[in-house]
Amino acid sequence: MSQSAPVVSSDLKQLASEVLAKALKAGATDAEAVVYEGDEFSALVRLGQVETLKESGSRAVGLRVFIASGNAQRTASTSSSDFSAESIARLVEGAVTLARITSEDPFAGLPEAHEFGQIDEDQHLYFEDVNQMPPAERIEIARRTEAAAMAYDARIQNSGGGDFDTSTSHKILMNSRGFIGEYRRSYCGFSAAPIAHDENGNMQRNYWYSSARTTRKLENPEAIGHEAARRTLKRLGARQVKTQKAPVVFSPEIARSIIGNIFDAANGDAIYRNASFFSGLLGEQVAGENITVIDDGTIVFGGKDSGKDSSDIKTGGFGTRPFDGEGLPTRRTVLVERGILKNYVMNTYTARKLNMHSTGNASRGLAGNPGIGAGNFFLEAGTLTPDEIIGDIKSGLYVTETMGFGVNLVTGDYSQGASGMWIENGEIAYPVEEITIAGNLKDMYRNIVGIGNDLVFRGASAAPTIRIEGMTIAGA
Amino acid sequence: MTIIPPDHKRYFIEKLGISERLMERCLGEALSAGGDYADLYFESVTSTSLGIDESLVKSASQGISVGCGIRVLSGERTGYAYTDDLSSDRLLRAARTAALIASGPAKELMSGFRQTSDAPSLYPVAGATSDAEIAAKLALIQRADKAARAYDSRITQVRAGFNDELRRILVAASDGTFASDTQPLARLNVFVIAKDGVNTARGSSGGGGRVTMDFFEDTRSQGDGDKSPEHYAREAARTAILQLGAIEAPAGEMPVVLGPGWPGVLLHEAVGHGLEADFNRKKTSAFAGLIGQKVASEKVTVVDNGLMPGRRGSINMDDEGNPTQETVLIENGILKGFLSDKLNSRLMGMPNTGSGRRESYHHIPMPRMTNTYMLNGDDMPEDIIKSVKRGLYAVNFGGGQVDITNGKFVFSASEAYLIEDGKVTRPVKGATLIGNGPEALKYVSMVGNDLALDEGIGTCGKAGQSVPVGVGMPTVKLDRMTVGGTGQ
Repeated sequence: MSQSAPVVSSDLKQLASEVLAKALKAGATDAEAVVYEGDEFSALVRLGQVETLKESGSRAVGLRVFIASGNAQRTASTSSSDFSAESIARLVEGAVTLARITSEDPFAGLPEAHEFGQIDEDQHLYFEDVNQMPPAERIEIARRTEAAAMAYDARIQNSGGGDFDTSTSHKILMNSRGFIGEYRRSYCGFSAAPIAHDENGNMQRNYWYSSARTTRKLENPEAIGHEAARRTLKRLGARQVKTQKAPVVFSPEIARSIIGNIFDAANGDAIYRNASFFSGLLGEQVAGENITVIDDGTIVFGGKDSGKDSSDIKTGGFGTRPFDGEGLPTRRTVLVERGILKNYVMNTYTARKLNMHSTGNASRGLAGNPGIGAGNFFLEAGTLTPDEIIGDIKSGLYVTETMGFGVNLVTGDYSQGASGMWIENGEIAYPVEEITIAGNLKDMYRNIVGIGNDLVFRGASAAPTIRIEGMTIAGA
Repeated sequence: MTIIPPDHKRYFIEKLGISERLMERCLGEALSAGGDYADLYFESVTSTSLGIDESLVKSASQGISVGCGIRVLSGERTGYAYTDDLSSDRLLRAARTAALIASGPAKELMSGFRQTSDAPSLYPVAGATSDAEIAAKLALIQRADKAARAYDSRITQVRAGFNDELRRILVAASDGTFASDTQPLARLNVFVIAKDGVNTARGSSGGGGRVTMDFFEDTRSQGDGDKSPEHYAREAARTAILQLGAIEAPAGEMPVVLGPGWPGVLLHEAVGHGLEADFNRKKTSAFAGLIGQKVASEKVTVVDNGLMPGRRGSINMDDEGNPTQETVLIENGILKGFLSDKLNSRLMGMPNTGSGRRESYHHIPMPRMTNTYMLNGDDMPEDIIKSVKRGLYAVNFGGGQVDITNGKFVFSASEAYLIEDGKVTRPVKGATLIGNGPEALKYVSMVGNDLALDEGIGTCGKAGQSVPVGVGMPTVKLDRMTVGGTGQ
């Protein structure tokens, strides 16, 4: 199913190469074009009835130009969803005109020619079955998932719905220093969001989902619906707890966002500005010796055995791609190894600012300078089961949801709304909500005293269950 | 120079060659399988973004996005398709895709659109951006960069950005709606890092609205205070320097005084989202069924008002072509109404408040806020502070978030102080505040007479769609709220 040699859309490639030629002719000394094409489908079923169906395709072209002047370069970018000749001419002229008003920057510019490259092996990112599944079947999966959630318990009488989404995209990147690359990716996923009420009429919502690159790797709709129901019912009857310090256990979904802040703190852009609490700490101990954190843009899952079972189908991770937003090969970068900060994550610009080398983490939108983005980013699993982690706690909090924007990557200060379960004598006792958890990430990473063995990639980033000491819980 | 064109529709008809005849054909195709209603949403957006960083102009970009979204409503069902190719073939194909939601005989189409003139304009409309204007925009952020650096030698990093867009929209619908608008939007942002020997801190500020550049030149425009780049730069720098000396925020339940302006994000999260009609029709909001009930102290009156000239959340019409209005959400503590659009007002038998908004032609419209704020009370702000023995005074916030089903909401303070014995004392670090929407405003015990709206940089996200909004309120005291610090 996976297409190792995707259908070449010669017209899109031709467009990219025309845009580059025109930019060079208009006065750019270097240029980079990105052409994007995508399709999306989504179906939402609510209370058994189709509520929304959406299906469309779109495309766009982006251009980045450079004008050299001595050792420095000026740069600007433009983008358009209109591929008419008139619009392409405006795209090129606009970029070159804009570039002339920007400043000369010795760190700006495309990567050096020898840095370009891409992973040659099939990364199993695109599966045609995502587009081939008839709409009626997709709707049926959404309906079954919601129905399973609603049938699970009498306290579930309402629902945000069940949905099924697919998308496919095709991206071409080309520059004037000789890089040409393209890839296609596919995605499909479904979920249910049941709403439960208690005897007082108080409502709670939660959800659960399955997502994959091929429909053959999606989980069973009933299993997902039941899990959504269980997660919703667990929240019923939640109450506040008193303000206190206590051990906090984070479910994998929340742990991955706390670990994700390690990527943000090691972001070369924040590092060179001294705007990260990791600035200047390369080679230093920034976390406990039990912590190893990796970014890997090359992961392909499955395929260990004969390939007969659907779990043996090889599929690229959600953060896998053959090259980054500047045309550098993706790779595996260890950010933190046994607590030592080993690498920053960089694109070409930030690497030059830091006198280092890009880690192949450039992310490129249609317009603007490249940013920095993760591939598949994760905390290495530990050996404890989640039950063992909880079982060790006399009185503490198990967090299953956080809310808010209270993470400060300059100082490491962390303060978020939270809900979850209270742990008493090693067991889940009752649900809690309307509380906050606070600390500082610098301390939190040093105080991870338990790491679960439950590392599962449900998205591009993942972490197992973790336990952190010393945080403040604020409540009643 | 700003010119208000007599009719925004001309752009689509003359420039893009979309005839009324073609629009009628598309609507006919959209209703070819039945359906109660169909609409076409044409959109053309041009945007510019300029950034200065380390005193260098490091980024400059422009984008053009043109397309059409076609929607078909059939009972509670919505079919949607969009295209960025405005040829008649592609438009008709999108119409046929959207039509698949319905299953029945073709619907007879109305004959002709209601020829309405454009609504009175709440904002100026600029012409195409000229090179001279780009130079003037650059000058604004260069001034901001200079002013932030000059504020204090501890300011080590300054980034300033200017973003603006011009959005042209045209809605043609099977109910005869034929309406268009041209919406400018501009914002200036400043972000700084301050460092002393020990600590590092960040600060940010900015402003804007549906305005043209002269807004930022006027240092005392509309009596609303300084809008100059220097003002925003000094604000960002002041906040960062202040944070260098901030102590741990307190933890636990305590009285909280919110300053005027941006702290109105409390209303946006605590009640605004919960009052959007879609959640209430589906009974998935904690506010469902509470119309006519007391949901706040009698001192609290909250409105959503899309008619404020030049404001970031204002719109001459919504993205379904409905006129915008001022809607009372809470009056003297009693829940009065919801924010609604065509679909939800029809299904709920309630008035359409003109709140149907969408991020772009890629998106289905839904009920959204515009400018949401609390009306003035009688209390003097200084009396409100004086009344608190020990509590938190929060004057600026980052973002907020709400779970509309259980009503729990958070908002994160970026500038806050301790109140000790009726006096504002030491600055504290950022902290998240948490509360329960239908309960939190019952603890409002004092409301100031100093209503202010935010500076015009707010963006609201819902179901993956972002739209510009405004918030505001006077100084307000809540007798209790949970503050998520780490201190005593």
